[in-house]
Amino acid sequence: MKAPKFSYVRADSVEQAIQLLALHGDEARILAGGQSLMPTLNMRLSQPRLLIDINRLDVLAGISLHGNRVRIGALTRHAVVASSPIIVEHLPLIAEAMPHVGHVAVRNRGTFGGSIALADPAAEMPACILALDATLVLQSTAGRREVRADDYFHGLYETAQWPNELLVEVLIPVQQSTSVSVFMELARRHGDFAIAGIALQLVVERDIVADARLVYFASEDKPTLAHGARATIVGHRIDEMIANAAASALENDLSPMTNPQASSKMRLHLQRVLTRRALALAADRVRRA
Amino acid sequence: MSEETLQITLTVNGEQVTRMVPVRQHLVDFVRMDLGLTGSHLGCEHGVCGACSLRVDGQVVRGCLMLAVQAHGAEVVTIEGLTDTGEIADLQEAFVNRNALQCGFCTPGMLMTCAELLAQAKLMDRAEIRAFLSGNYCRCTGFHAIVDAVETTLRKRLQT
Repeated sequence: MKAPKFSYVRADSVEQAIQLLALHGDEARILAGGQSLMPTLNMRLSQPRLLIDINRLDVLAGISLHGNRVRIGALTRHAVVASSPIIVEHLPLIAEAMPHVGHVAVRNRGTFGGSIALADPAAEMPACILALDATLVLQSTAGRREVRADDYFHGLYETAQWPNELLVEVLIPVQQSTSVSVFMELARRHGDFAIAGIALQLVVERDIVADARLVYFASEDKPTLAHGARATIVGHRIDEMIANAAASALENDLSPMTNPQASSKMRLHLQRVLTRRALALAADRVRRA
Repeated sequence: MSEETLQITLTVNGEQVTRMVPVRQHLVDFVRMDLGLTGSHLGCEHGVCGACSLRVDGQVVRGCLMLAVQAHGAEVVTIEGLTDTGEIADLQEAFVNRNALQCGFCTPGMLMTCAELLAQAKLMDRAEIRAFLSGNYCRCTGFHAIVDAVETTLRKRLQT
């Protein structure tokens, strides 16, 4: 269908965008890449009064290294993230996840920040930044504030972000020499939304897992940090037995949603399969490191 | 709510155009309805099928997920323009030779995406070609012939 009627402003500055957000709140929507917002408008699932187009705000785009953190501007296109040497070198988890994000035409327009701010439970980037313990920077007329990814995702399309706030950048700690990451997902067709997925970030010292962040997506209403699975692997060398224990622990970590694509039971099964595969691959990467 | 309109100036297939458009109009509807360039097709209208693919500032995008007002100042190329420049004449010939289309509805969008694949001039195997084309639906060919045509063209280009 065609989008419903709305007003449209092409923002010339971040200040203008956040002033409009302050003025219109809930009734306004930020138009970034539009790869999720436009379908919801076309299907008339949402009817905002005002679209604030931030696509000309170049200050919000770009990837740079600041000390031990990578800054990714919210408006950075997926295609730019995918081909960035900084991402390949310092954030291999994101580099591994990127080919799974939509299709080429979607990656050319869709933005890193847009995917995170939308908080679709099946999206790859929210899971990755949670696994990487990232910090999100939100801006409003009241100023800037930082929110850790741990505290950002609240539920189905719900985040800690207020309607008057704009996500401006994401700060992500760089991969250490002891870090090992793995990203995997299962989808019916390449580029489709996942029906199960895992983003895994481990700290491995002398073959022993010193710390682990296992994030599961396309399961619950938001990306889930699995504490039980973590407890089974920390302090151990990764082998088949440990991987099986982590997979078993998922029973208490995850209560996947049922939808027409997959039942809760099937998703839990698939997440266990992915856990075993991802940990086997992680062990392989430890050996090669 | 009344229909809000805005004036836009952009380049379409090398020619500058200025028009008043409704702010909610999709870019693909603008090129089809206002400019009469009906080579770009409209399938699902929510970014799934790829029939509406256009090139905007050098990159393939969904014509139904971008507003015409967002293309203000942009360089837009449609299948008509891409055909005229001859950039993908070899690919189009390969599509014909290999019967890589039946009803033809998906073909313009498919060619727009394939053009970006070919422009990368990178050797790809069949699985990678399929992954690249995964955002474009064809309901007739089963994709096999399309992948054949792309593979043939890519190999020929990389040889020369």
